[in-house]
Amino acid sequence: MSLKPFNTIGMGAAFSPNLKANLYEAARLSLFFNCKLVLIHIGESSEDKLKTLKVFLNAFKKDNLEYDVVFKPGDPVDAILSVTEEKNIDLLILGAVQRERFIKYYVGSIARKITRKARCSVLLLIKPSVERVRCQHIVVNGLKDPKTEQTIKAAFYVGKQLEAEKITIVEEIKQEQVTVKVDDDKSLRKANIMKERIRMRENLRIKEIIEHIPEKYTKDIAIKSQPIFGKQGYSIGHYAQISRADLLVMNAPSKMTFWDRLFPHDIEHILTELPTDVLMLQ
Amino acid sequence: MSPKKNNIKDFFTALPKNVFSGFVVSLIALPLGLGLAMASDAPPIAGIIAAIVGGIVVAILGGSHVTIAGPGNGLVGVLLVAITTLGLDSAYAAVVCSGVLIMLLGFFRMGKLADFFPSSAIQGMLAAIGLIILGKQFHIMLAHKIKREDTLDYLIEIPYTLNDMIHYENKGLIYAALAGILSLTIMTFYAKLRNKFFQLIPAPMWIVILSIGFSYYFELVLHEENPISKQYMISGIPEIQQIIADIQMPLFSKVGTISFWSSVLAITLIASIESLLSIKAVDKLDPEKRRSNVNRDLKALGLATVGSGFLGGLNVVTVIARSSVNVNNGATNSSSNFAHATFLVLFIVLFSTQLTRIPLPALMAILVYTGYKLASPKIIRKIFSIGKEQLIIFFVTLLITLKIGLISGILSGVVTTFIIHIILNKSLSLFLRNVLKPNVLMYQEAEGDHNFYVSVKHFCSFLNYYKLKDKLDAIPEDHDVIVDFSLCSFVDHTVMENMHNYQELFKKRGGHFDVIGLDMHDTDSEHPFALRRLLPVPNIIKNNLTRRQTSMEELAADYDLHYNSEKQKEVDFLNSFLFFNTKHINHIYNQLSYKKGVINLFDIEFSEGEFIAKEVVRSTMLHIKLDEAIPEFTLDREGFLEKVYAFAGFKDIPIQDHSDFSRRFYLLGDNEDAIKKFFNDDLIHFFESNPYYHVESNGTSLLIFGKERLASVKEIKALFDFGKRLREVVSNI
Repeated sequence: MSLKPFNTIGMGAAFSPNLKANLYEAARLSLFFNCKLVLIHIGESSEDKLKTLKVFLNAFKKDNLEYDVVFKPGDPVDAILSVTEEKNIDLLILGAVQRERFIKYYVGSIARKITRKARCSVLLLIKPSVERVRCQHIVVNGLKDPKTEQTIKAAFYVGKQLEAEKITIVEEIKQEQVTVKVDDDKSLRKANIMKERIRMRENLRIKEIIEHIPEKYTKDIAIKSQPIFGKQGYSIGHYAQISRADLLVMNAPSKMTFWDRLFPHDIEHILTELPTDVLMLQ
Repeated sequence: MSPKKNNIKDFFTALPKNVFSGFVVSLIALPLGLGLAMASDAPPIAGIIAAIVGGIVVAILGGSHVTIAGPGNGLVGVLLVAITTLGLDSAYAAVVCSGVLIMLLGFFRMGKLADFFPSSAIQGMLAAIGLIILGKQFHIMLAHKIKREDTLDYLIEIPYTLNDMIHYENKGLIYAALAGILSLTIMTFYAKLRNKFFQLIPAPMWIVILSIGFSYYFELVLHEENPISKQYMISGIPEIQQIIADIQMPLFSKVGTISFWSSVLAITLIASIESLLSIKAVDKLDPEKRRSNVNRDLKALGLATVGSGFLGGLNVVTVIARSSVNVNNGATNSSSNFAHATFLVLFIVLFSTQLTRIPLPALMAILVYTGYKLASPKIIRKIFSIGKEQLIIFFVTLLITLKIGLISGILSGVVTTFIIHIILNKSLSLFLRNVLKPNVLMYQEAEGDHNFYVSVKHFCSFLNYYKLKDKLDAIPEDHDVIVDFSLCSFVDHTVMENMHNYQELFKKRGGHFDVIGLDMHDTDSEHPFALRRLLPVPNIIKNNLTRRQTSMEELAADYDLHYNSEKQKEVDFLNSFLFFNTKHINHIYNQLSYKKGVINLFDIEFSEGEFIAKEVVRSTMLHIKLDEAIPEFTLDREGFLEKVYAFAGFKDIPIQDHSDFSRRFYLLGDNEDAIKKFFNDDLIHFFESNPYYHVESNGTSLLIFGKERLASVKEIKALFDFGKRLREVVSNI
């Protein structure tokens, strides 16, 4: 069995100061994953724009980068989503915005809408750079969810292709699963025993998933699993931040309703406070 | 985890000790109960009823181990307002209602309520309560009853009362004022006198005994009337039959009014805050290092308050001073709380007529001292040293509490704190955007020592401290914890203070609690507040040494010792000694060390008890590290008190064939066989032929000291010599 989750990578190309860095990141990833790159520009096509893109991407000509540029006027969210469908893009790269003065990143409103609606995987980059910064540590979620197995597999694939050194699988366990409330020594002891049991169970589950992954992807990488009791979606971001991860891989949200946005949970927490680059897998 | 113990057997072996300490507590609870009730304008017996009901109900149903329940100091202010606005009967109804509310707090697991208040605001509120008590009772203490509308007026008039007192003509008043002054003197200097026999009876009980004795002296010896004016004697201590006959339903007719419910709310607020703070403080003193079930305690306190209200008593809260006395007298479980209630019943049944011989000013002196302790200048100095902004919060809360009322006071404290935080951070959005986020991450590291790692994001202040607390409370105290604030752009004083408390708690229970990631905050000018000041910083070196210090320096030079006069806060090595189980070590200083610290002699400052029962003690001690493990034991001179203790269940280990040693020394320890084996002829001869010292072993080292005061240079030499020779004898075993 061979893993190849991505075939076509898409990126929105706006002519901003970040363009060069964004293009370089996207091109590099396309090469790593052996993919075709599709650049989507919102607006009318023009020779000038094409030329600018070409100049930037010339650096990758020698590596045989295969790319395509699509011009599409209209509402950016709809335009990008429609191109994604037309061109069968399975990984969409979006840039994040840095909050002024703070070293905090968040997803801008357009990118956020796209993330919520996209049917493909989405990669959110917090600081694209022209020079390659090696990805060393990948954090991936190990939620008890049907999608998780696929997500972990993809994380190993990405780790292999990017030559990462370490993958940490974080099992977020809802606090409510520990049914004992800590009041005194007795209940504290009970709660801790219960937590230990859940921890063992979770570790076993993750171990099983890893065993199903072809050895080729798992052998050169340090694997760690870390159970965390806390708020789903939020604590993994927090963990990625303090463990100085370079990439956070997560399941894409199943469905989004109005209420999910009003009472932010899971993915919404990550979108308002990007801890690092985030890859959301469909 | 500890193995299961034989609970029933343990309970009965510990019972005598607990009954004994319950007895000592009842000695302090009796005068305090009478005084607190009178200060709130309730009949004196109401305080005793609260203590009795509280002691019985909380002992049986409560979730804490060594706390004492009874009428509280903090409540005097609110109860006074309730009784003056509603009248006594309706005030009892308010007490009943507040009991129900407190019970509900327990059922809804609102034990964390007290965490939502900034600590400087709570300090300000307590100081205001202290001033209310002090202001009102000061005049009665000096036999000058006045009645004013405003609490501030009472304080302003203190100089007038002092002036009036000097010009008293009436003999009755002079005697009354003298009784007050004498009692205040006893309260103030009690802690300074370290005499075992004197200390066996708590200061408030000395006042009671002396004043009753005084009255009998006039009656039986001089055949005169008690010279203290009649109106300054306690009146209305009913006989037990009368108390039972007088029980009547509280008056619920004012339930519909706003003033009724604002009283209920104020009482509930203060009662729960006082109880929660006390439980937290007592847990730190618990020799067996147990954790109290706060919510269960709240339920029990609520129920006790309901009962007490129906029987004509005040609110029942957990009280810190009495609890600390309880711990210091060897209590191990809640049966001492029960015993304290039982003894109070006995006192009322047997001595209710004698109690009317206590002059009011004497009783009020106890309260004046309590009030002073709540609002002492020391507290203000401490708050100032943390930060000027804390002083603003403190005084805003204090003044508004005095001027308007308790609820407005504490609310203004909360608002002021929040505004100050916004100004300091120059950002409101930091708080608004992040207040609801689950900003605390805790996990047990999967590798290494399985440390708990806690990381806090955004900001951490009184607003969201409960989230951090929730996580920290889920960690057993004998584990290692690292709290990382490096992602946190603002940490307030309340949190820092609580972190400090956790540090102490973990240290006492064998764990480690480290706070990291605050170094960056120091360099960042945006938030210097309290952070730098509260983390332990070495004190500024004193330039000039005292005479004793210079002689110690000379001594060090003569005997090839290393001398260090600075205060040291690292006293972990002492915490495992039994002696310090219920005591809090502040610091050690003037350290003389021999052979790279194998033998260490130092002055030590420690405190025992809390609040009005707090005593700060300075002593000189010797610490010896041993090469080999020995059994744990405590050895002291056998005296009258030890015989009393032995009666209460502390067991002296007899050594065979050395009856002289057994008679003169008092030997304690768990592992009796090992200790008997360890005390061989050489060691016993050594102890018999040398001066008495208190010697204690924690298994790997020895702690030796003479008296509970600083030693002179000559005594230091003797102590040092004793230690050196003892070490040789022990290492030969």
